[in-house]
Amino acid sequence: MTTNALRRNGSKGQAGDKIFSGAALGAGILILATLLAVAIFLFIQALPTFTADPTLVSGGEGFLAYIFPIVIGTVIAAAIALLIATPVGIAVALFISHYAPRRLAAGLGYVIDLLAAIPSVIYGAWGYLVLAPALVPSFQWLAENLGFIPVFAGPASQTGKTILTAGIVLAVMVLPIITSLSREIFLQTPKLHEEAALALGATRWEMITMSVLPFARPGIISAVMLGLGRALGETMAVALVLSTGGLIPSLIKSGNQTIAAEIALNFPEAFGLRLAELIAAGLVLFVITLVVNLIARAIIARHKEFSGAN
Amino acid sequence: MSATTTRKTSNDSRNVQNPPPVARKRNSLAKGHLPRWAVPGIAAASLILGAAASTLGGFSVATLAIYTAIVFVIASTVITTLVEGPRQGRNALATNLVYAAFLLALIPLASVLFTVLQKGLPGINTHFLFHSMNGITGAVDNASVEDGTPVLGGAYHAVIGTLLITLWSTVISVPVGMLTAIYLVEYGKNGPLARAITFFVDVMTGIPSIVAGLFATALFAVLLGPTARMGIVAAVALSVLMIPTVVRSTEEMLKIVPNELREAAYALGVRKWRTIAKVVIPTAISGIASGVTLAIARVIGETAPILVTAGLANNINVNVFGNWMATLPTFIYYQILTPTSPTNVDPSIQRAWAAALLLIIMVMVLNLGARLVAGLFAPKKGR
Repeated sequence: MTTNALRRNGSKGQAGDKIFSGAALGAGILILATLLAVAIFLFIQALPTFTADPTLVSGGEGFLAYIFPIVIGTVIAAAIALLIATPVGIAVALFISHYAPRRLAAGLGYVIDLLAAIPSVIYGAWGYLVLAPALVPSFQWLAENLGFIPVFAGPASQTGKTILTAGIVLAVMVLPIITSLSREIFLQTPKLHEEAALALGATRWEMITMSVLPFARPGIISAVMLGLGRALGETMAVALVLSTGGLIPSLIKSGNQTIAAEIALNFPEAFGLRLAELIAAGLVLFVITLVVNLIARAIIARHKEFSGAN
Repeated sequence: MSATTTRKTSNDSRNVQNPPPVARKRNSLAKGHLPRWAVPGIAAASLILGAAASTLGGFSVATLAIYTAIVFVIASTVITTLVEGPRQGRNALATNLVYAAFLLALIPLASVLFTVLQKGLPGINTHFLFHSMNGITGAVDNASVEDGTPVLGGAYHAVIGTLLITLWSTVISVPVGMLTAIYLVEYGKNGPLARAITFFVDVMTGIPSIVAGLFATALFAVLLGPTARMGIVAAVALSVLMIPTVVRSTEEMLKIVPNELREAAYALGVRKWRTIAKVVIPTAISGIASGVTLAIARVIGETAPILVTAGLANNINVNVFGNWMATLPTFIYYQILTPTSPTNVDPSIQRAWAAALLLIIMVMVLNLGARLVAGLFAPKKGR
């Protein structure tokens, strides 16, 4: 950018360049600032909870005693969702990448993406009005036949609005995330590895276990972690589907609560200390999902450097 | 699927064109093969067995499907193992399970779409579309149930709220998101700041929607006092969710703009910012537009952030800077959770499903529109 005698209007338009690059840089910094601001503002608004007299907090035993059961409830719901969604999601991704006819594969991928497009409140409504009543007979069967296992202890809920139902709805919502990410990774498997396995006489399943899955393992792990992040933070499905209560081990009785649903159900009437409490709960949820997402993204970032070396 | 085709495709490579099927002679060295009719045969047999088993304990389509699937998976695995050997048996089992998983994943999609159509269509009429819930009380609902008159009250206010809040969040997120993407692709040059932004944009994608709502509430509570609930707060919350999506899709699109175009512009002495504004962005605009549309489709159905930021209103409010606002998702949520008339919930449920149908139509139209835009006007890749 040295001044050149040939360019008489050398400085013309320079202001535009500066403004534009400045605006672009500013927008980038704004995003970093926003993420920081989320943490700071939540912390400011949540502060009264930590300084308040423990007997005034809901439950009367301080914030930790209040938050602990609903953190466990959140983890239970997310665990159920992942237990269902991980095997099914990976299998669906394998179906699209390695089993379905070539011409159908793209269309089938789009069908699975449609699952992700449906708004969460509609899943909630579906879980509340369709899935929960439909699951009641299965819950009763579980309570009668497997009731000796604590997680299936009866008597089963008559409405079906249990944490197991909520977990199933969450699984449906998490499935497209796991499927679309795993599919991307499966399609990146080096073709030569697959062809070498097939040339040695491997069946299709042996080819998948020998070349595709080992290659995709870090990708699958991060996909599951991202799904976990979504399941932990999902609000509507749980708020509508779960009939809430204290922490109990049985999955087929009404009870348990998750952080996101606790906030959504109580926020409209909350004020003062209760409001601060709910925002503190949101802060806890933010930290948990942030950690989960950071781990997932770190795995992806590390994996990226290896995947080029085929 | 069928054991014979499995054997055939596993010998060919997947992406090599299969030769036209010729009647091959059975190799005497190869182990036994199942005949072509084996899979349909096993399927038919398991259907009969499944039907028999399901009639024993109360017939229903669900139990029929479950029993048939179980019998089919076990039978085809065992038969393939016996005829073709354990390795082919395992392969058949895996194939069956993968197909079953795909069908299983389609069930909720089909069930949700069917339920919404079936229960939503009766509630859609001009009264529903062009009236708010203003003045609709439990007594009105009770009267319409007892007298059998049409259900009154509609989602007009919620549609307006949804459109306004989404519009405002788009107005906030698109410039910020696009400028960030431009910084990442054109200015950042993969420096430490650009890498940090990329990383945290990815992390931001995972912020739970309710936390975004709480953030907007907390922000405006510090600025305007603790009870500030209005449309613009919701728009800020939705922007937090929308910006990362816009950044990612714009970034992808800017990256595939061929470098030759930029170099040609520079060679003509065009300034960098004019190159970006007049050459790079117009080339990528279809992809950016479709990315923005998908981002809108994502936030238009968000419920939780609206609950904690815009509250709920029963009347029409077109001012995003004052008073509470309703949106379609919160309308659905409150109609289900707190029906207008606690004794006669049917009118509320009907309104909720009709609103759900409206919402799903909006989301699907946005999704299909985005794919159409991207498909029709996709920029030619370099080479």
